[in-house]
Amino acid sequence: MRIGVVAVQGAFLEHEKMLKELGADCVEIRQKKDLEGIDGFIFPGGESTVQGKLLKELDLFDPIQKAIFNGMPVLATCAGLILLAEHLEQDSTTHLQTLPVTVKRNGYGRQLGSFKAYGTVDDMKNVPLVFIRAPYITEVKKEVKILSYYENRIVAVQYKNQIGLSFHPEMTKDTRIHEAFLKLVKSGKN
Amino acid sequence: MNNTQYELNKGLAQMLKGGVIMDVTTPEQAIIAQEAGACAVMALERIPADIRAAGGVSRMSDPKMIKGIQEAVSIPVMAKCRIGHFVEAQILEAIEIDYIDESEVLSPADDIYHIDKTNFKVPFVCGARDLGEALRRISEGASMIRTKGEPGTGDVVQAVRHMRKMNGEIRKVCALSKDELFEEAKKLQVPYELLSYVHENGKLPVVNFAAGGVATPADAALMMQLGAEGVFVGSGVFKSGNPKKRASAIVQAVTNYKDAKLIAKLSEDLGEAMVGINPSEIKIIMEERGK
Repeated sequence: MRIGVVAVQGAFLEHEKMLKELGADCVEIRQKKDLEGIDGFIFPGGESTVQGKLLKELDLFDPIQKAIFNGMPVLATCAGLILLAEHLEQDSTTHLQTLPVTVKRNGYGRQLGSFKAYGTVDDMKNVPLVFIRAPYITEVKKEVKILSYYENRIVAVQYKNQIGLSFHPEMTKDTRIHEAFLKLVKSGKN
Repeated sequence: MNNTQYELNKGLAQMLKGGVIMDVTTPEQAIIAQEAGACAVMALERIPADIRAAGGVSRMSDPKMIKGIQEAVSIPVMAKCRIGHFVEAQILEAIEIDYIDESEVLSPADDIYHIDKTNFKVPFVCGARDLGEALRRISEGASMIRTKGEPGTGDVVQAVRHMRKMNGEIRKVCALSKDELFEEAKKLQVPYELLSYVHENGKLPVVNFAAGGVATPADAALMMQLGAEGVFVGSGVFKSGNPKKRASAIVQAVTNYKDAKLIAKLSEDLGEAMVGINPSEIKIIMEERGK
């Protein structure tokens, strides 16, 4: 299994470390040529404005968008969730728009609003949730599965091949979400 | 600051990795920086080159000016306070700045003590010239480090020197045997626990950016190849002929810092770079501030 970790900016090394721990191969996506032979994508945390701009400038935007629409599994955390969102609250600069949800950027405010909590994600209990200048999801289309709420706000969803999270599993030692993602990639391969 | 908050603060620095943090003095410049792909902006009244030119005492910026920039952009906003000036830091925390730079670019307010950054919830970045300075700042509560370089000169030589020195010292610490760390901690004047972390992990316990004198895409890529995890660009962007284009080129060069062909293309037609001055031509050596 070969996972392409989008490495234009942000905390991509943390995801790679976790994937390697779980025995998956990963490759850093910085240019179009890096996309060959990929079985799944990870969109890391970072700054969505920077990442979105670089995807376009480095000619990654169209091939990635097409691959996701064609069913390539993707795990997106924080800024990554913003990149996938179909709509952004009070913001017209959307990006890949593959995930039919509306996301509120900096939903919890500035850095002083960042926090860590524990919650249930799908059938996983007591998952550490690290929110750093995090977004949350305000609206989902009917076919989107809500994986997690935190204090009545949607913070994790799945839509077919796409998993979107407000928080950062890669900043913890808990590998369950990455394992679930790898399972999704594997099931797509069979 | 409790442990969780410190982890969150280190975490924000991790989110900035592979990015460029730009000095801006107005909301308009902040918007240009954000559109060019800055991962954060540093709000200050005067960029280092102008601080040099103006001379005198340089202080924290007007909170109103910083708030104007916070309203203009959605990316994180940083601001500088003077070394040791914990009240300036309290003010910056009160206006909910995302990161405080306790910076040698401003005139130091205390010539012995740095701010006890563990008393704050807001994160701090500090400058360092070597491993000793870096670990001392971290023990005081800094959750991000940058090289000092020599700000406002457009000359990258000091940033290179500081990055090489720090990484050379890290390699040396890795090569020591465990029982030699106690003596090394004494020599470097740093806590044993932090040195032990460096020994085991081969890196600082926090993110390390390059800063001071970066003026071109090539400078930025040079710092990345030397091991920086991201780059601060101070005077280099808005003291140049075409800030928008240069800023955008530096951002792309940091992402693809090993791709010389792409950096060659990015370096074309950028217009005038900031003129720059050599360290031998300047009177104020900012890197000497705060050890």
